[in-house]
Amino acid sequence: MPITTAHSHSAAVSSTRSQRLVVAIGASLLGLCLVYFAGFSHIEAVHNAAHDTRHSAAFPCH
Amino acid sequence: MIKHIARTAGFTGLLAALLLTLLQSLWVTPLIIKAETYESAAPVVETHSHDAGAAAHHHDAEAWAPEDGWQRLLSTTGGNLVVAVGFALVLAALYTLRAPGGLAAGALWGLAGFAVFCLAPTLGLPPELPGTAAADLAQRQFWWIGTAAATAVGLGLIAFARNGLLKVLGAVLLIIPHVIGAPQPDVHEALAPEALEAEFKVASLLTNAAFWLALGLVSSWLYRRQSQA
Repeated sequence: MPITTAHSHSAAVSSTRSQRLVVAIGASLLGLCLVYFAGFSHIEAVHNAAHDTRHSAAFPCH
Repeated sequence: MIKHIARTAGFTGLLAALLLTLLQSLWVTPLIIKAETYESAAPVVETHSHDAGAAAHHHDAEAWAPEDGWQRLLSTTGGNLVVAVGFALVLAALYTLRAPGGLAAGALWGLAGFAVFCLAPTLGLPPELPGTAAADLAQRQFWWIGTAAATAVGLGLIAFARNGLLKVLGAVLLIIPHVIGAPQPDVHEALAPEALEAEFKVASLLTNAAFWLALGLVSSWLYRRQSQA
């Protein structure tokens, strides 16, 4: 293993697989919540603001 | 690790949202605005709802809406930013489980995202211009989310499962939403001419493909760069 990558490898080892899984699921859920908020929210003002984003992304809009 | 994800997602989302806004301003939004001229010129019959007596569930005059021009551009940019950062967060989260080997892997992740969040849902629910008749919104959103979820799991199984049977299950998951079928309106009708609708479909698909390719490439590049630092 080249010395330059040793640091990142030790960092990766220190976080266990289950820890990484929890963070990955948490980050994914947060990301999907953001997409839901902008693309699927039924709040009228949010719909109007992100209207063109929704149509362009082919999210169900009206 | 959380910092790593946040940084990757933040910068990727910003760049991809700017690209998306640029492409939209040049091609997609002009088509939407053109379609809206047909919508506002049409007689005041509520084309969205099926019950003749139902009140217009949309176009609430009370609610705030951006004015055409810079307000609309700004709020669309904001919408793009939120969506792009959201998608980038999902990509960066997946990278912590499967680090991308290079830019080619990043492009593949981007194309997978395009397939999950755009291609598969549009097979049943094509991109629509304002003023197009469609089935109940909640039902369509439900089908859309179900299709995206099934496609994501299906692609994941096909790409990563070691067991052949699981790969087959993945392929089945890809097909199921389309066998069930997307909710359709009772009558297909659109206010905008068909040529405009067709151009909009192409514009939307190509714009989204470019957006997802950028998301995949930028996110994998940033993620790897930080891993090496």
